[in-house]
Order: sequence, then C-alpha cells, then structure tokens
Amino acid sequence: MKIREILDALGARLLTPDADLEVDVHAACGSDMMSDVLAYVKDQGVLLTGLNNPQVVRTADMMDMVCIVFVRGKVPGEGILELAAARDIAVLTTEKTMFSACGLLYEKGLRGGTSHV
Amino acid sequence: MSEAITLRYTVPGDDFTRAGEASADVKRNLKRMGVDREAVRKAAIALYEGEINLAIHAGGGEITVTLTPDTIVMLLEDHGPGIPDISLAMSEGWSTAPDEVRSLGFGAGMGLPNMKKYSDRFDIQSTVGVGTTIRMEVDLA
Ligand SMILES: Nc1ncnc2c1ncn2[C@@H]1O[C@H](COP(=O)(O)OP(=O)(O)O)[C@@H](O)[C@H]1O
Ligand SMILES: [Mg+2]
Repeated sequence: MKIREILDALGARLLTPDADLEVDVHAACGSDMMSDVLAYVKDQGVLLTGLNNPQVVRTADMMDMVCIVFVRGKVPGEGILELAAARDIAVLTTEKTMFSACGLLYEKGLRGGTSHV
Repeated sequence: MSEAITLRYTVPGDDFTRAGEASADVKRNLKRMGVDREAVRKAAIALYEGEINLAIHAGGGEITVTLTPDTIVMLLEDHGPGIPDISLAMSEGWSTAPDEVRSLGFGAGMGLPNMKKYSDRFDIQSTVGVGTTIRMEVDLA
C-alpha cells in the first residue's frame, strides 16, 4: 500500500507537504506506548498513534518507518514536523480514532509486522 | 576500517524531549559510514531505549559507542539511583516510571527487555546509590 492510499483511506490530511506519497508501506503498528512499537521490527512501516511528542518521530526514525499517522485529530507542532521531514517521514493527521483508523487500513490489506530480530 | 571509531555523548537528565538525540546521531553516523543496515537498526533501537532510561530513571548519563571492524559496542554509564533487583527490572512489563512518563509514551517496562533482545551481548551492572553501567554489543553481519 502506498502512503497516498493511506491518506485516502483515512480521509487524512498531509502535514509534511514535500513527502513522497508513492512510497510503499508494508506494515503497520498502532500504539501510544513507544517501547511496544520498538519491540517489533517492521520494514517500511506506518505508525499510528494518539501520542503527540518528539519521541514519536524518534521512535519511527529508529524503526526506519516511512509514515506517522496522528489519530483523533492530533496536530503536532512545527518542531515535530521538521524533525520528521528531515528524516523523510510523511506525517498525516486524521479525525478517526485509533481503532477505526487501524480497522480501515487492515480492511485495505495492511497487516502488522512480524517480530524478527 | 582498521581502527576503532568512538562517539561520545552526554545525555541530560532534565529534558525528556531531547532524549534520543544521541541515538539518532549514532544511527546517522553509522549509516553514513556504510555499516550494515540491520546491525545499525538493532544498535540504534537498543541505544535509544537505554538513552530514554538515562533521561527518565538516572538523571542523565554518558554514552560511548565504539565501532570496531566486526562489532558495535555501546556503553551507557550513569550515577543515578541504581537498580535494587536487576532480574525484576529485566522482566517484561515491570516499571517504576511515574504516570507523567507513561503519558509521554514510555514506562511500559519493555526498555531493558528490548535492549537485551536487540543486542548480541548484553551486560548490566548496578549498585544502589552508586549507579548503573550497561554494555551492549551488536555484531556486524
Ligand atoms: N539507568 C537506570 N537507573 C535506575 N533505574 C533504572 C535504569 N534503567 C532502568 N531502571 C529501572 O528498571 C525499570 C525497568 O526499565 P525498563 O525495562 O526500561 O522499563 P521502563 O523504562 O519502561 O520503566 C525502570 O522502571 C527502572 O525502575
Ligand atoms: Mg525504559
């Protein structure tokens, strides 16, 4: 699935205008606990979260994730967006709840990653 | 790459928003040096959890990363409160993090287990009232 398709499926808004929407996303993870995200290696992943602080971008960066979706209408500050843009991470915001956002992406065929170290 | 390369960082204990800067810098540097991608990712994740712990549990500390021809060696040293029961601290889900830290997305008690999981060798020494030293190694493919 491409970032563009995630944007459409979630009726989301893109907050990093220069992001490449044709990048492929192979796996997804929805969590507000960053250590849970860090516990599973996922390639080319998207992170869905209700948390709004710089550690979200740091976590996504450590995991080589390509996209972050802030759920429940959360809009991160400029500093967070700059941090993400500098790492080529696309940032989206959607009014959907975590449950609905994950469900919509699952329905489109996106799956959680596997744990391989 | 015959000589070891060393990177050093001081992690502040009073600014959670900056925690992770050192790990991000290590990751950037190792990638730039062409170090195996999978090894860099494992090392960066383990180091990031360790850096967060320095910031939230130890009042800050020091990170030293050494790249040898076949291993990434990461040393985390602090003079914080120390850990009374290491095997308890190492168990998944055990945490003394306050709610404030939990609301920032950490404090799930998965940090030390993740650090051990992502490193090929993991050693932790801690003395209550003195501090904690963790040594992690990730082998290059
Ligand atoms: N550097 C440290 N100094 C003192 N205590 C620590 C340190 N690192 C970890 N701990 C203790 O071990 C517990 C478990 O750590 P960890 O697995 O990283 O989980 P978390 O950070 O989510 O609490 C912490 O809650 C804390 O009590
Ligand atoms: Mg921790």
